[in-house]
Amino acid sequence: MTPEQKDGPLLQIRNLEKRFDVDSGFLESLKFRGGKLRRDTRAVHAVNDISFDVGRGEAVCVVGESGCGKSTVARMVANLLTPSGGSIHYDGQRIDTLRGKALLPIRSKIQMVFQNPYASLNPRMTIGQTLEEPTRYHNPGLGSGEIRDKIAKVMKSVGIDPTWAARYSHELSGGQRQRIAIARALTVDPEFIVADEPISALDVSIQAQVLNLMLEMQEAHDITYLFITHDLSVVEHFGTRVVVLYLGSICEVADTRTLFSAPKHPYTKALLSAVPSLNDDSPSHIRLKGEIPTPIDLPPGCPFQTRCPLANARCRVEKPEPFAQSDGALVACHAVEEGRTDAGMTLQEAV
Amino acid sequence: MTLLSVRDLTVKFGTRGTPVTALHGISFDVARGERVGVVGESGAGKSITGFALMNLLSRPGYIDSGEILFEGKDVTKMSDREIRRLRGNRMAMIFQDPMVTLNPVLTIGQQMIETLRAHRRLSYDDARQISLVKLKEVYIPSPEARLDQYPHELSGGMRQRIVIAIALLLDPQLIIADEPTTALDVTIQADIMELLLEMCRSNMVGLMLITHDLGVVSQVTERTLVMYAGRIIESGKTRAIINDPQHPYTQGLINALPQQTPPGTRLRQIPGSMPTLSTMPPGCPFNPRCELATDVCRARMPEITQFGEVQVACHEVKRLHAELAELEGAQ
Amino acid sequence: MTDQTAENPVIAIRRPSRLREFWASNIAYSFRRNPVAIVSMAIFLLITGVAFCAPLIAPFDPYDPAQIDILNSEYPPFWVYGALPEFSLGTDDQGRDLLSTILYGTRLSIIIGVCAVAVQAFLGISIGLISGYVGGRTDSVLMRLADIQLSFSTLMVAIIFLALTQALFGSEIFSRYAVVFLIAVIGVAEWPQYARTVRATVLAEKKKEYVDSARVLGFGPGRIMLRHILPNSLSPIFVISTVQVANAIISEASLSFLGLGMPPSQPSLGSLISSGFDYILSGSWWITVIPGAVLVTLVLVINLLGDWTRDVLNPKLYKG
Repeated sequence: MTPEQKDGPLLQIRNLEKRFDVDSGFLESLKFRGGKLRRDTRAVHAVNDISFDVGRGEAVCVVGESGCGKSTVARMVANLLTPSGGSIHYDGQRIDTLRGKALLPIRSKIQMVFQNPYASLNPRMTIGQTLEEPTRYHNPGLGSGEIRDKIAKVMKSVGIDPTWAARYSHELSGGQRQRIAIARALTVDPEFIVADEPISALDVSIQAQVLNLMLEMQEAHDITYLFITHDLSVVEHFGTRVVVLYLGSICEVADTRTLFSAPKHPYTKALLSAVPSLNDDSPSHIRLKGEIPTPIDLPPGCPFQTRCPLANARCRVEKPEPFAQSDGALVACHAVEEGRTDAGMTLQEAV
Repeated sequence: MTLLSVRDLTVKFGTRGTPVTALHGISFDVARGERVGVVGESGAGKSITGFALMNLLSRPGYIDSGEILFEGKDVTKMSDREIRRLRGNRMAMIFQDPMVTLNPVLTIGQQMIETLRAHRRLSYDDARQISLVKLKEVYIPSPEARLDQYPHELSGGMRQRIVIAIALLLDPQLIIADEPTTALDVTIQADIMELLLEMCRSNMVGLMLITHDLGVVSQVTERTLVMYAGRIIESGKTRAIINDPQHPYTQGLINALPQQTPPGTRLRQIPGSMPTLSTMPPGCPFNPRCELATDVCRARMPEITQFGEVQVACHEVKRLHAELAELEGAQ
Repeated sequence: MTDQTAENPVIAIRRPSRLREFWASNIAYSFRRNPVAIVSMAIFLLITGVAFCAPLIAPFDPYDPAQIDILNSEYPPFWVYGALPEFSLGTDDQGRDLLSTILYGTRLSIIIGVCAVAVQAFLGISIGLISGYVGGRTDSVLMRLADIQLSFSTLMVAIIFLALTQALFGSEIFSRYAVVFLIAVIGVAEWPQYARTVRATVLAEKKKEYVDSARVLGFGPGRIMLRHILPNSLSPIFVISTVQVANAIISEASLSFLGLGMPPSQPSLGSLISSGFDYILSGSWWITVIPGAVLVTLVLVINLLGDWTRDVLNPKLYKG
C-alpha cells in the first residue's frame, strides 16, 4: 500500500449514477406513438451524478426523504447493485467493477447492516448458525474451537449472552435481532459498515441502545460508517459529516455542526425546520408548496425547483453544481451561489 | 364536558384456549374538542385502544370488560347498526397508510360522495358540493380535478390530506388518528400534523393521536397518555409530562432521544425491551428495566395516583411524594 | 417469588425436548383440532402401512404363478352368495386373490407416485431455484420451456413417450422396466408445477434482506440458493408435494388403465381396474369397483391432507 493511499479518503464516490429500467423486457419497451411503433425504455433515475468522500474513522450520514436514492447509494457501496455510471474506490482500489472471487477481500472489509431486523436474519437458522457461517467462510483455517470462541466474543461485545446461540431469530425482540445483525457484520472484522436505516424500524428506547452499540463498535474496532437515515436528530448525534440528497442529487454536503448551525440549501432548511422538537409549542416549519416530480421524468435544471421558494428562470434550465462555501460546506443551489437567499427564506418563514 | 369516557377497559386475545390480556383495565376521558396523545412503543397496546374505541377489534381480540361511553352511550353494548351509524359519522379513524383507507378502484369523488350519502339523505349534487368544500378546507389544490382522480394518481401527502377530508366529511366529534404521518416524509409529516391540528381547533373536534413520536405529541396535543405493556402508566397535561416526566419509563423515553444528549456521547438508553403479552413479569410491567425497582415493584402492580397535574402508576414516585409531603409537614 | 424470577425470559434457557416442542407447535396444535386431518391421516397411514406390509399379511402372492389357479377366477367377495372363504374379497379374472392383489397393487401405486414426485421435485426445484435466482434471460428461457411443457397435457406426453418406448424396446423389456419408465415419464411431465411455485417463492425470498446480507458476506450463488433461499421456500414445496403425489397416483392409474402402464402380471391399482373393466357388465363388478374404491380413498385422503397442510403452512390464505 502506498502512503498516498493511506492518506486519501477511505471511500471515494465519483459521479455515481444509477438508473432502473421500468420497461425491462423487449416487448414492454415497444411503444406505439404517433402512428409508429418505436422502442423506448423509460428509466427511474434513482441516483444522478453523486460525488463525495468518506474519510477513515468518519461517520458520514446520508439523509433525504423516501425515493431520494439514499438506499440505492448504500447498496451500490455494498456492491449489491452495479452503478450505471461513475466509480467507487475503496482504499484506492476500484470496487464497483469487481466480480466473483475478486470481490471476496472487499466483502470482508465492507459490511452492511439493514433496516428491517425482522427480514435480515434467516428465519431457518439459529443465531449460532447465522454467526458461524460467515466466520467459517472467511476464516477457512480456523478450527471449530477457535470459531466458537470468536462467535462468543462477538456476541458478548454486542451485549448478547453467548448461550443464546441455539435460539432462532423469531424468539428475539427487534432490538436483539438488530444486535445479532451487527454481530454478523462484525464476524468478518470489517473496517467499514454501511448502515441502511438501522434503527428506523425500532422503538425509541431500543433505538438508543442500538445507536450506543454502534458508537461503541466504532471506538472498539475503528469502524468507519456510512449511515443512511431520514432522522435528522440521529444525524446530529451520530454523524461527523452529512450528505443531503433530494431526488437522487446532492443538495448539500457539510460537517454536521456546520449543517445544523448554518444550513444553506433551501431544502436542507426546510428539512431541519420540519423536525418536531420537544420544547417548542408552536410549530413554525417552512412549508414547501408544490409537487415532488417523479424520478422517471425529472425536470431539467434543479430537481428541487418545483417546491423551492427561491426558484427562478435559471433554476428551471440549469442544474446547479456543488459549490464550496467559506465554511467548507458544498452547496448545489443557484440561489445560494448568487446570494439571493436571505430575502426569500425569511419571507417564506413568515408565512 | 366529557365526550368519551373509557372505564376499566380490558381487551383480551383468545389464542389457543387461555386468553392473554392486551389491555389491563385502562381508564381515561376525552373532553369535547380536546386533543389527547397516546404514546408508547410497539406492543404497548396503543393501537388496540384505538381499535377497541371504534369497536373494530377482530378475532381473536375481544373486549373482555369495561365500558366505553361515547356521548353517554356505551359503545361495547351497541348493536352492529348503531355502531355503523357511529363510525364515520360521530367518530372517524385515520390510519397510518392512506392506501388502507382509500379504495384503489374508486375515484376520490365516488368515495367521498358514497360516504356522505350512506349516512345522510343528500342528493348527488349536494354531496359533491360538500366534498368540494371539505377538499378545499384541507388545502388541496384544484379540488374539482381531484374528485375524478384515483388514489394512485396522487402523492402520499395528498392522499393523507384526502383521508383527513373524508374523516371530516360528516363532522365527527372525535377523530382517532393512528400514526397518521409515520408513512410520510419528514417535510410532509409536519404539514399534515399542522393541518390536523388546525382542523381540530377550528371545528372543535376531539383528537386521539396515537403515535410513538414524542415530538409530535408535544406539538399537537394538550393531554398525553403514556402506555406501557397494556397499561396507562402516566397521564396528564402534555407540557407537564414532557417537561417534568414522573414515571421512570417516561423519563427514560424522553432521555433516550438523541436531542437530549450532546452529539457524539452515549445516549441514555433504557436497558432491555418491553415484555411480550406472554412473558409479562409479575408486579409492575416495567420492573425488569427499571433502575428504581424494589421488591414491592416486583410483587404488586402500582395503582394510578394523582400527583399535582399528572397521574402516575409507580410505587417509587408515590414513595418519593409521600416523603416530600412528610418533610414539608415537619417543616 | 424466587420461582417467578427464574421464569424471567432473559435468564431461563430451558429447552423442551424436540418431541415436546413439536407437540406444542402450531402444526401439531392445528392437527389435534382438525378432525378431518386426523381421520385422513389415520386412513392414509392405515392404507400405506398395510400396503407396505403386503408380503407379510397378504394371504397369497399374486406374483407367484404357482399360487394362481385359473379355475378360481371370478369368485365374488364374502358378502355375496357363492363366495369362497379363502378369498375374502373375491378373485379376479385370472384367479388371483383380490385382497392380495390390491395390497400389492397399492404398494406399487404409492411407490410410483412418491418416486415420480421425487423426480418432479428434483427437476422442478433445481430449475425453479436457478430461474428465480439468476433471473434475466435464463429465467425467460426456462419459464417459456415450462409454459410449453404445460401446454401439453401430462397424459398426452406420457402416452406418446410410453407408446414410443414400448415400440422401441418391445413389450418384453418394457414390462420388466415398466415401473422405471412410469416414474420417469410422470416425473418429467409435471416438473413445471414445481418450477413455477419454487420460482415464485424464490422471487419473494430473494428480495428479503437476509439474502442481501448473505451476498454482502460474500457467499456464492450456490450457497445462497441452497443454504438460505431453499430452506425458506420449503412450505409451498411441501404443500404441492402432497397434491402432486395424489396426481401422480392418478396419472399412473390412468396410464395403466389405458394399457400403457403396468403389465397385468404386476398389477397396480390402475391395471387392476382396467382388467376388471371387461367383466363389469358380466356381473363381476368387484374386480373394478373394490380397487377403484381403494384408489379414490387413497387420493382423497392425500388431497385432504394437502388442503390441511396448505391451511397450516400458509395462514395468510384464509385471513382476509
